[in-house]
Amino acid sequence: MTGKDEAELSGLFRAAIAGDERAYADFLHRIAALVRGFVRRKIVQGGVDPEDIVQETLLAIHVKRHTWREDAPVLPWVYAIARFKLIDAFRRRGRRIEVEIDEIAETFAEPEAETVSERDINRALDGLPPAQRSVVSSISVDGHSIGETASKLGISETAVRVSLHRGLAAIAKRFGRQ
Amino acid sequence: MRTEDLIKALDADARDKAMPLGKAWWLAVGMAVVIAAAVFFATIGPRPDIMPAMHTMRFMSKFVFTLVLAASAFALIRALSVPGASTGRRMAWMLAAPLLVVLAVVLELFVVPEADWGKRLIGSNMMICMSFIPLIGIGPLAVFLGMLRYGAPTRPVLAGAVAGLLAGGLAATFYAAHCFDDSPLFVATWYTVAIAFLTLLGAIGGRLFVRW
Repeated sequence: MTGKDEAELSGLFRAAIAGDERAYADFLHRIAALVRGFVRRKIVQGGVDPEDIVQETLLAIHVKRHTWREDAPVLPWVYAIARFKLIDAFRRRGRRIEVEIDEIAETFAEPEAETVSERDINRALDGLPPAQRSVVSSISVDGHSIGETASKLGISETAVRVSLHRGLAAIAKRFGRQ
Repeated sequence: MRTEDLIKALDADARDKAMPLGKAWWLAVGMAVVIAAAVFFATIGPRPDIMPAMHTMRFMSKFVFTLVLAASAFALIRALSVPGASTGRRMAWMLAAPLLVVLAVVLELFVVPEADWGKRLIGSNMMICMSFIPLIGIGPLAVFLGMLRYGAPTRPVLAGAVAGLLAGGLAATFYAAHCFDDSPLFVATWYTVAIAFLTLLGAIGGRLFVRW
């Protein structure tokens, strides 16, 4: 099953990088579920919300997707990012943890569904300049498309894309800096 | 924000494309070489007798050391800037340059009479060596640290140190064309000190600037 997962996921990611948005959404959903399973098993004591790590990992995957070599397997790349973000989150909160570098355990990570709570990402979103914030939340929280967002805010689609891109990059950077 | 919502935003940004990291690394090296060359030729430049010097083993051996160091560091830093990439074999290759230097030192100790060891070690240029290798290497180091920020190193301090080794290998290659001290005894000592300084600087840079 894992080998098949790997092949499917790297196929989806390749298509996504070539510009296929549906493949990308599919890829991100499946990766989110896998990373969630991975992170929940790693966080045994409290203090860090697993879903925060899932979101930080997804953002990092997004802004660093040019670092993936298309002929390399995608899951080791994803789990290395998730592990880095997990360690980073504990470091930011002033804790030291040992995250076992256990490749076997990772390959058996089971997909898990999200639970709702307040997110770090909300605070990061609040810190954006107003123009970027309204674009990012229109597309994410309100679920509007690029075109809908453009007409709602009275700006061009290009401006929406630029604000979205910059806003996401700024949120990702904020997690790295804290 | 729910994760579902975040995915919508990421998906809408799917079309944006960045240059693949592998290609960007080659561009960065090209840029670093240009910077190092500019500083080198604007300041000390090659030694006047470089043509006859190229026929001597000792002179040419310096380039073997520095280029092997730069090549192995380049291979390693490319892997270190990609999450989950295996680095074991490339780490092992980092031993190649030091081993070659050790071998050359042993040979030098055999062929040079003991009375001359001190003179060869001290040479005539050690202060210039220790100041110009870092001076030529600092621009390239900044470029490589910038590349690490563009990449995604999960061990930023180590990656920064390797950026220092790469900048050091590159700078020492240029410097070697200027330096009259060709003895491996000199190279093993003062080049190492100068490159170690850049390595330390790189590690600090990795710690401070390479966050993602």
